[in-house]
Amino acid sequence: MPNTLRTPLAKVRGLGAAREGTEHHVSERVGWIALLILAPYCLISFLILGDYSYPGVREWIAKPWNALPLALLVFVGFQNLALMIRVVIEDYIHGRFSRSALLILNTFAAIALSVTGVWGVFVAALGR
Amino acid sequence: MAAGWSDPRPLSPHLGVWKWHVTMAGSILHRMTVFANYAGLIILAVWLCALAMGPAAFANVNGLLWSAPGKFILVGLTASTVYFLLSAIRHLIWDAGKGFELGAANMLTWLSFVATILVTAALWGWLLLG
Repeated sequence: MPNTLRTPLAKVRGLGAAREGTEHHVSERVGWIALLILAPYCLISFLILGDYSYPGVREWIAKPWNALPLALLVFVGFQNLALMIRVVIEDYIHGRFSRSALLILNTFAAIALSVTGVWGVFVAALGR
Repeated sequence: MAAGWSDPRPLSPHLGVWKWHVTMAGSILHRMTVFANYAGLIILAVWLCALAMGPAAFANVNGLLWSAPGKFILVGLTASTVYFLLSAIRHLIWDAGKGFELGAANMLTWLSFVATILVTAALWGWLLLG
């Protein structure tokens, strides 16, 4: 007696009731795994810095093994959080205009903030 | 899509009838920390841009962050970030198919609460005293 109610065709298609969302789910989980590596790394790297004066921090961020994970943390962080906020908007906002407007705003904010954070890291690392 | 809810018929009850599970708290806390962490990540981006823009800007931002209310917010953001990451581990365990039994699921959730408090306390104890 098979322990599933799915038809063979459903299994081949691999979709659930909503017909889509697997890619979103996987992106979210992969993002979490990345953040679980990047966040502790960046935190520890910052905590062992020692010299928190302006020149000290600039010197710290100039090293690629500090700057690159930090840039990735900011970028992946905003992308992943924006993905999760997208789900929240889809859950709670149902007005025709406000739903679209908030979803677009969410996308724009994620891109703008990601780019701004990465700009900060690179200019701090490479600038005068 | 409906342009607003105008149906006068009553909705089925939810919060009033479901028996309370700690996993419910874990779930809604996870969602709330998403928003707190978004704000925290914005603060990090601002700090990085201040670092890029020169010693004066950096000193201003640091002054704000390490003021009394600023520290309070930072501790809260630390707790929020730690809880989010521990909760992510909890979700990944569930994604792997493990820990769905009622006892295990509740235990995982309680563990994430307790571990959040311990890690946040350890981090800030170390920062403020060490």
